[in-house]
Amino acid sequence: MAESKNGNGKPKTELLDELEKGPWPSFVKEIKSACAGSDSPKDLLGQLELSYQEKKGHWKHGGLVGVLGYGGGVIGRYSDVPEQFPKVAHFHTIRVNQPAGWFYTSEALRTVCDIWEKRGSGLTNMHGSTGDLVLLGTTTDQLEPAFQELARAGFDLGGSGSDMRTPSCCVGMARCEWACYDTMKICYDLTMDYQDELHRPAFPYKFKIKAAGCPNDCVASIARADLSIIGTWKDDIQQDDAEVAKYAAAGVNIQRDVCGLCPTRCMEWDGKKLTISNAECTRCMHCINVMPKALRPGKERGAAILIGSKAPIVQGALLSSVLVPFIPAAELMETIKELLSRLWEFWDEYGKARERIGELIQRIGMPAFLDGIGLEPAPEMVSAPRDNPFIFFQPAQGGDK
Amino acid sequence: MTTTPQPPRITDIGPPAYDKFLPPIVKKNYGLWKYHENVAPGVLCHVAESGDKLYTVRAASPRILAVQTIRKFCALADKYCGGYLRFTSRNNVEFLLTDPANIAPLKADLGKLGFPVGGTNNSISNIVHTQGWVHCHSAATDASGLVKSVMDALCDRFTQENLPAKLRIAVACCLNMCGAVHCSDIAILGVHRVPPKIQHALLSKSCEVPTLIASCPTGAIRPATVDGKNSVEVIPEQCMYCGNCYTVCPAMTMNDPEHDGLSIWVGGKVSNARSQPKFTKLAIPYLPNNPPRWPEVVKAVTTIVDVYAKHARKYERMGEWIERVGWPKFFQLTGFEFTRYHIDDFKHAGLSYARSAQIRY
Repeated sequence: MAESKNGNGKPKTELLDELEKGPWPSFVKEIKSACAGSDSPKDLLGQLELSYQEKKGHWKHGGLVGVLGYGGGVIGRYSDVPEQFPKVAHFHTIRVNQPAGWFYTSEALRTVCDIWEKRGSGLTNMHGSTGDLVLLGTTTDQLEPAFQELARAGFDLGGSGSDMRTPSCCVGMARCEWACYDTMKICYDLTMDYQDELHRPAFPYKFKIKAAGCPNDCVASIARADLSIIGTWKDDIQQDDAEVAKYAAAGVNIQRDVCGLCPTRCMEWDGKKLTISNAECTRCMHCINVMPKALRPGKERGAAILIGSKAPIVQGALLSSVLVPFIPAAELMETIKELLSRLWEFWDEYGKARERIGELIQRIGMPAFLDGIGLEPAPEMVSAPRDNPFIFFQPAQGGDK
Repeated sequence: MTTTPQPPRITDIGPPAYDKFLPPIVKKNYGLWKYHENVAPGVLCHVAESGDKLYTVRAASPRILAVQTIRKFCALADKYCGGYLRFTSRNNVEFLLTDPANIAPLKADLGKLGFPVGGTNNSISNIVHTQGWVHCHSAATDASGLVKSVMDALCDRFTQENLPAKLRIAVACCLNMCGAVHCSDIAILGVHRVPPKIQHALLSKSCEVPTLIASCPTGAIRPATVDGKNSVEVIPEQCMYCGNCYTVCPAMTMNDPEHDGLSIWVGGKVSNARSQPKFTKLAIPYLPNNPPRWPEVVKAVTTIVDVYAKHARKYERMGEWIERVGWPKFFQLTGFEFTRYHIDDFKHAGLSYARSAQIRY
């Protein structure tokens, strides 16, 4: 039984011990390491071993806990076997808003570690699925002191519940030549401008924003964000013919692996020169990915805004779809803020409880949604026009139209 | 009476400024990177317009990290990178170096600590995953244990770049999919297979019946009076075990050790490169929940990876390869059984039916 202890007072964890073996880093080792600085990881191991034995989770439905003045940022978690494992009877999660691009100094990270060893389990997720630095497991009385110590160290909480969730972004201009706009700055500026929406849930449901610097979308914004900001460009791909020739000389099969895989077949290779018909290019990134030294995104850079992606709950998974085909980088922040104010106002008015904005659009239809937010329809928004004749014509206004 | 003055309470300060923790070489060349080259698996070199070179060494992480381990990463950052480090969107840790002479000793130190270097280009990067039994109330399975078991078997695919294209695996321990497995090359998804067991006494105390009824995507929940108290009943044939009712009402218990298990999905992607982003599709509807090593899941995933590695063309992602050769071929090559569960019967199901006479024989 999981509650039985070895002679040294440590829980017996025969099943979990198996997961200390093997070449991949072990989370069991991590939980055992944390036992050195805190009492709760020992009981976490005990309860987890019980789950492994019984094939069943042992966390109760989350309760409402938090810090004063915030409605988000803390996830309540209680054990359903608290008598057996009293140190994890309360084991709440604190979401800490990560720095953009997940950059840290060792000094800042050590400060967070010291606070968390004193105020909680010493266990973290680097990072949670939405992007937060997740502090796993503490008691209700430690939430406020932990929050204030983090705040004095320059960190604030992230989102949870029906609020704007912590925005996240790819590494962008900090280390990537393909960033078509400053993802880290936009992510930070949006986070700062919407602190109230982040900390105090007032939406119908969660709202996620992710900023990807190019169509490779390293933050999965098109699959995981209600508002997906995906960098792209308008003018021609920047091309260095000498470097193209070098890739060819180095063995890249340009006809087969570059031209042959181009989704619009907009490029030709005659053995010496690569010719790109840029007007037909969809900015998919494949050719640039294959030859990063020879081809680069154009100079007229900005982003496309897509809307509505989410995981399956409630009505099924959605990918984001095009809302604004292109916004120049210089106008991005201002346009997104204007857009957000319209989106949130409409969603607030018409969204049902626990209805993501993508599901609202599915329910009422994109045309009604566009009317509602005051955006003109554009052919870039659809993969094709409708193929059914069941059109809801609007009543003619002001006589015959 | 005197009171101890409280320090002023700090709120709404937001995260650290986006440029606060950037290494000097990054600050200097911010937005001015020109191209990158692959040095070795797990090692990239980014070259700036200025000619500056930045070397990235990427190492695996179990995502659950104890502060003790984070401090070890910090010590490596101090030793090799002027005290700077970062993490990736797939939970790897990255060290950014200016001196290429530091690559080998850093890799050796990471090796000694047990953190493999890799995850770049045509490899399997770290598995994006959820909390599982470690910290979630709705988990049908554990996530960290599955990740550990699968990556122990596939570690060489992390440390080497020998696949046709990049391969992204995700694990989610229930249909909430906090791990967003719906767009990965391979997805492992915890599933329930029986309707919620209703705890009527708890329900009348802690749940709003109208909210609960409205939560069901298929309208399977209807009001009922049980022992004279307001409660609900579930129409079993209308329930697809999504657990959404449990999210709004703890009395709708979903966990069921006997029937919970794993499903395997393939062929999704988020990148726009070549083909458009796509959802994962069902490969195996159910495998048993078998901790601590989940051998059936590990075997299924390694089978898919091996078949893909052998048959896909260069640059072809999993879903692109399957679309080229056809789903019948995928089931034939993997040996997975095609069942009635593979054919969609939810909303818009007809869109996935084969609507042409273009058939491979």
